[in-house]
Amino acid sequence: MSRPRIYIPWDAGALALGASAVERAIIAAERRRGIEVEIVRTGSRGLFWLEPMIEIETTAGRIAYGPVTPEDVEPLFAIGWLDGRPDRLRIGPPEEVPFLKRQTRFTFARCGVIDRQSLADYRAHGGLLGLARALSLGPAGIVEEVTRSGLRGRGGAGFPTGIKWKTTADAQAARKYIVCNADEGDSGTYADRMLMEGDPFCLIEGMAIAGIAVGATKGFVYIRSEYPHAIRTMDRAIATARAENLLGRAIAGSTHDFDIEIRVGAGAYVCGEETALLDSLEGKRGQVRAKPPLPAHKGAFGQPTVVNNVISLASVPAILADGADAYRDLGYGRSRGTMPIQLAGNVKHRGLFEAAFGLTLGDIVDEIGGGTATGRPVRAVQVGGPLGAYFPRALFDTPFDYEAFAARNGLIGHGGVVVFDDTVDMARQARFAMEFCAIESCGKCTPCRIGSTRGVEVIDRIVKGERRGENLVLLQELCETMRFGSLCALGGFVPFPVTSALTHFPEDFGGAPLTAAA
Amino acid sequence: MSLVQEIDYGTPAAKSETMVTLTIDGFTVTVPAGTSIMRAAMAVGIKVPKLCAYDMVDAFGSCRLCLVEIEGRAGTPASCTTPVAEGIKVTTQNQRLGRIRRNVMELYISDHPLDCLTCSANGNCELQDMAGAVGLREVRYGYAGENHLDAEKDASNPYFTFDPAKCIVCSRCVRACEEVQGTFALTIDGRGFASHVAAGMDEGFLASECVSCGACVQACPTATLMEKSVIEAGQPEHSVVTTCAYCGVGCSFKAEMKGDQVIRMVPYKGGSANHGHSCVKGRFAWGYANHPDRILKPMLRERITDPWREVTWDEAIGRVAAEFRRIQAQHGKGAIGGITSSRCTDEETFLVQKLVRGVFGNNNVDTCARVCHSPTGYGLSRTFGTSAGTQDFDSVEDADVIMVIGANPTDAHPVFASRMKKRLREGARLIVIDPRRTDLVRSPHIAADYHLPLLPGTNVAMLNALAHTIVTEGLVDTAYVQARCDLDAYAEWEAFIRRPENSPETVSAYTQVPADQIRAAARLYATGGNAGIYYGLGVTEHSQGTTAVMGMAHLAMITGNVGKRGAGVNPLRGQNNVQGSCDMGSFPHELSGYRHLSDTATREMFEHDWGVSLDPEPGLRINNMLDAAVDGSYRGIYIQGEDILQSDPDTHHVAAGLAAMECVVVQDLFLNETARYAHVFLPGSTFLEKDGTFINAERRIGMVRKVMQPRNGYADWEITQLIAKAMGAEWRYTHPSEVMDEIARLTPTFAGVSFERLEAESLQWPVNDKAPHGTPIMHIGSFVRGKGNFLITEYVPTDERTGPRFPLLLTTGRILSQYNVGAQTRRTENVVWHGEDRLEIHPHDAEQRGIRDGDWVRLASRAGETSLRAKITERVAPGVVYTTFHHPDTQANVITTDYSDWATNCPEYKVTAVQVTPSNGPSQWQEEYEALSRETRRIAQVEAAE
Repeated sequence: MSRPRIYIPWDAGALALGASAVERAIIAAERRRGIEVEIVRTGSRGLFWLEPMIEIETTAGRIAYGPVTPEDVEPLFAIGWLDGRPDRLRIGPPEEVPFLKRQTRFTFARCGVIDRQSLADYRAHGGLLGLARALSLGPAGIVEEVTRSGLRGRGGAGFPTGIKWKTTADAQAARKYIVCNADEGDSGTYADRMLMEGDPFCLIEGMAIAGIAVGATKGFVYIRSEYPHAIRTMDRAIATARAENLLGRAIAGSTHDFDIEIRVGAGAYVCGEETALLDSLEGKRGQVRAKPPLPAHKGAFGQPTVVNNVISLASVPAILADGADAYRDLGYGRSRGTMPIQLAGNVKHRGLFEAAFGLTLGDIVDEIGGGTATGRPVRAVQVGGPLGAYFPRALFDTPFDYEAFAARNGLIGHGGVVVFDDTVDMARQARFAMEFCAIESCGKCTPCRIGSTRGVEVIDRIVKGERRGENLVLLQELCETMRFGSLCALGGFVPFPVTSALTHFPEDFGGAPLTAAA
Repeated sequence: MSLVQEIDYGTPAAKSETMVTLTIDGFTVTVPAGTSIMRAAMAVGIKVPKLCAYDMVDAFGSCRLCLVEIEGRAGTPASCTTPVAEGIKVTTQNQRLGRIRRNVMELYISDHPLDCLTCSANGNCELQDMAGAVGLREVRYGYAGENHLDAEKDASNPYFTFDPAKCIVCSRCVRACEEVQGTFALTIDGRGFASHVAAGMDEGFLASECVSCGACVQACPTATLMEKSVIEAGQPEHSVVTTCAYCGVGCSFKAEMKGDQVIRMVPYKGGSANHGHSCVKGRFAWGYANHPDRILKPMLRERITDPWREVTWDEAIGRVAAEFRRIQAQHGKGAIGGITSSRCTDEETFLVQKLVRGVFGNNNVDTCARVCHSPTGYGLSRTFGTSAGTQDFDSVEDADVIMVIGANPTDAHPVFASRMKKRLREGARLIVIDPRRTDLVRSPHIAADYHLPLLPGTNVAMLNALAHTIVTEGLVDTAYVQARCDLDAYAEWEAFIRRPENSPETVSAYTQVPADQIRAAARLYATGGNAGIYYGLGVTEHSQGTTAVMGMAHLAMITGNVGKRGAGVNPLRGQNNVQGSCDMGSFPHELSGYRHLSDTATREMFEHDWGVSLDPEPGLRINNMLDAAVDGSYRGIYIQGEDILQSDPDTHHVAAGLAAMECVVVQDLFLNETARYAHVFLPGSTFLEKDGTFINAERRIGMVRKVMQPRNGYADWEITQLIAKAMGAEWRYTHPSEVMDEIARLTPTFAGVSFERLEAESLQWPVNDKAPHGTPIMHIGSFVRGKGNFLITEYVPTDERTGPRFPLLLTTGRILSQYNVGAQTRRTENVVWHGEDRLEIHPHDAEQRGIRDGDWVRLASRAGETSLRAKITERVAPGVVYTTFHHPDTQANVITTDYSDWATNCPEYKVTAVQVTPSNGPSQWQEEYEALSRETRRIAQVEAAE
């Protein structure tokens, strides 16, 4: 009789909630009971309010229990969880959890399911089919397929991936690079981390396909230092891939060479901006470069470089495997395919929700997220990280789509959705945006370097009621200066949270009585 | 007179040949592809406001003042970083752009002191200008917010201050340090509002790697980086463009003046040699002109043990003439002679040799080039037909492989080194052949592909091994050799070079460089594309200096690397006018333009022009003059601007020769070492005090312009003329331009040169009917001598050998902050970087001798000994020691021997067998030197006139 199999996530989120302590408790329990179980460390399914979520392989399929604490382990054995017996912690088949069931798991299909370290398991779950098809299509065919899929950059800018690849493919150079941007710094986002921790081979496969498509033989994964588990998982997966000829010379039996190296960031948010990332990758101080030249022409070490977000690259294997049409058929407007929406902040169901574009913000927050965790009314939602706009309830009909959000002076960015209840002080949030920018600015361009600091000071004066009218005009002009004057999106997008807070929540900025001068 | 204001186009010129037409504010403009919109706008006279853009460095896009709108494109791109595109319509000014610019400027000023009226940049501040240009009228943020106004000023550098309170963090200084100078001493530290310029590890400028080239100061748009001289004296009011008087790079500078006071020297962007860059010497070390040590009055003494007596010019000149005529009467016409100066102008040098040949009536004239690049002249003339380098400096921009032999350009030719390093950073490959691990071998963003650390004295063996590899491995550019070279000579040479004793495997035994490294370097040189050789005194100052020069010429010819850009054989000449002094006929056997005295037609041309008859027999070289002096047949010498006692080899022999003479006339700025043996001292003038020309290492004739009256009363050429007149010659020069006219009249390679033409364009000789605009690259199509020549370059080891008593090899060189014997630089603040000469010794050799870093050591050779302090470093290989020769109290030339180049007598400075032992302190002569030095320089105090 085979050993019972238990799936425990090794995702940083689950670990933070005690997944490894649970594992130790399970091992202790099996020793006490004189049985042997097989423990498989997976990624997370992304249902963070249920983590640590432990899954048991039963004759009826995988049965999930959660959130499990070490103290729960002995009673769970006692009630017979190895057979999927009922318990207050029993969730049932994970796929049946409504939050998961409603999703379209395209990029995250394997995340939380497979043994993250096992290339065999990866292969058994459809891995490497994309690479096989890519090799049969050839470089031009791959670029064509990715272009046709409608995939756009998932890092936030939404630039068509196929066009970026074609630009790099057309550039003449002795050497080209694929750089994966895994410097996931937006508040409330974790899709990149989850994917790297839960399905690292998917990213490796995506990068290899990109390398073949554009003629690059070297890839870098630039991972933020705050992701030690992702770094470790990727590191091991790269070693495995190399050992199995998925990386290295003549990969997967083809004529293409491709290898990957991990570079670790040094804690600067701005290094998620692609040109600052490249400077940091090259060992320099992370500072934004002026464009042109585009990285596609002159990127890492001055060579043509594709810089893509983790999710963009990780979407590629499935696009190639299932065909461009399968991906293109999903979505809304010009936003094709799926987006991993990451629910965070004051929301009941915190987790990753991969879905085709087009859900309304209201659906996402109220139905999928289940409203606030505190139970109080939702007052504001910030979509797209610290540089995203704050949307009030009045805008909850906005469909989750690049263009629809842009039309309402917002952005979907990397898909982070942070929910606030009615206790939020929006002036403080506006001030925080400026403060965040002041802390994270690379210091190169003047509007961002000085403007963010002055922004904090001006908002403070407004809140104190000092010459409020004049300072409000000044803040508006500062936002214009930063919006149109900044070198990159850090300074350029800070006006989104600030002006959206001012526009939709003006009452929060008038706390003190107006002075006579104002 | 007014201040020369150079236009800043904001971004460097684009090199493309494709032209692009666009519209800017309704004006149509056509510029090369790759030009920035900002620069294109300048072409139609539109100045887009800017602060971080500066045309010496690449566009950066940080200040955001230069934003424009482009029809059909989103946003407001920066005009500095956005290249032109065909047909685009650009708007540089409208209400929105104006508002954004004003608001950006408002942010700047919200963190800037409002002390314009008392600021050192007042009147010359780009921040101030831009505030005006954008119409800033108020700072609504107030001044109470977070700021840097209390940031501490760094005054550690002797020449400039860094005031971070005034810094706008435009990074121009950082980029100039990286892109122009290539030192990477500066960076922006911190981020966001805390971003600030940091020198080194934020340790202050003096303690950092900063080489004080001044590029950052020049780049700074505010008073943040400012010359201390400007802080003290205020902004200059007029300027004169002139040529630097330090090394052979020949940088153009603007002498920025207030009245007759130099306020600062600023490198001139229009200078073809330096394109607006400078080094610590030319930029800052000009204070010697006003040093209290400078002698301003002529002086006499009967005996060299007497104190000096200040006299009138009439008396001094009268004494010189009388003594020289007396000596000639008593001891023969040939008993006197003169030495021309490589520090003086062409015109001055020409007049000194004319004085010797035409007035003294002999050919006893020599020059300090004897001790540096005489082998270059001879070696290149025998192989190519011209006694000069083949390229202009710009040529390095096209080099794919750069081979540096026996030269340390980052110290000795820093401005050219910066250009070379720029090319290396662009990807050119590098071979360094040098006993020492110089900065070029490895420094930030520079790494030699091959460093061949050969033992001093084995250059010829190394060059032969490189040629052997190229020939035997079939890498010769046969088509080039067939078309361009003397095939008989080549065949003979090829047979020689193929011999096994020239193979890398054999040669590695005495060069101590592994054979595979030699082979690899040879292959790279032969097959890497355009390959240029750059060399210095590490090649020439050897007993086989001339042979080595020929060896390099051979390498260049067999690989087709002569007569095109990016290639050639290029001497890095040491002194500002060493090329010119040679060109002017300073050698005893040659008239100007390297024409031998024995050529009757040439001689007759001079005789006719000068109205004298010339002795067809060559005169004495310096060392022969000294020998003859000891023998008693040579009694008087006129030395213009050279300190032979300190710079010539075997100091004791030089001293003996000088001591034996009856009339030693020294013309110099200072009472130099040689003046200890002088009877007449004629105070010289600085390069700031005269008109004339210098010729740099690329044969470029640079204008030297008088910025102030000679403080000593006369320019050097006038003093020579006074002597000539006093000796009966009828010279009537009223201006150096007349001397140049005479040079042009008498010298075919200078036929087209005149001051008038030099005012209009920069010229590199030959300038004649065939090349009316000069000759940047020589030997295009064919060699000056017709076919390129090959000579047998057998390696003959020097007689100077190591042995049990003297087991180490000493080689010598220069350091960035000091210049040669240091007469000038030691009299400036440059001493903060190099206050004394030190002996570099490898840790292994030091340990064997029980020497610790900083210990006093005795350095002894067969010729003599001195003491100095040790510096333990792996820059030198075991068995090799190294020192500089900038300080008279070290006198490295006490150690050097009298061995010299077989062809030219160029002394073998670079190889001396020595022993190094621990010592308690300075040796006895050094102890006595101070007292002796004072004693021999006494000037009698004349009672003050009422």
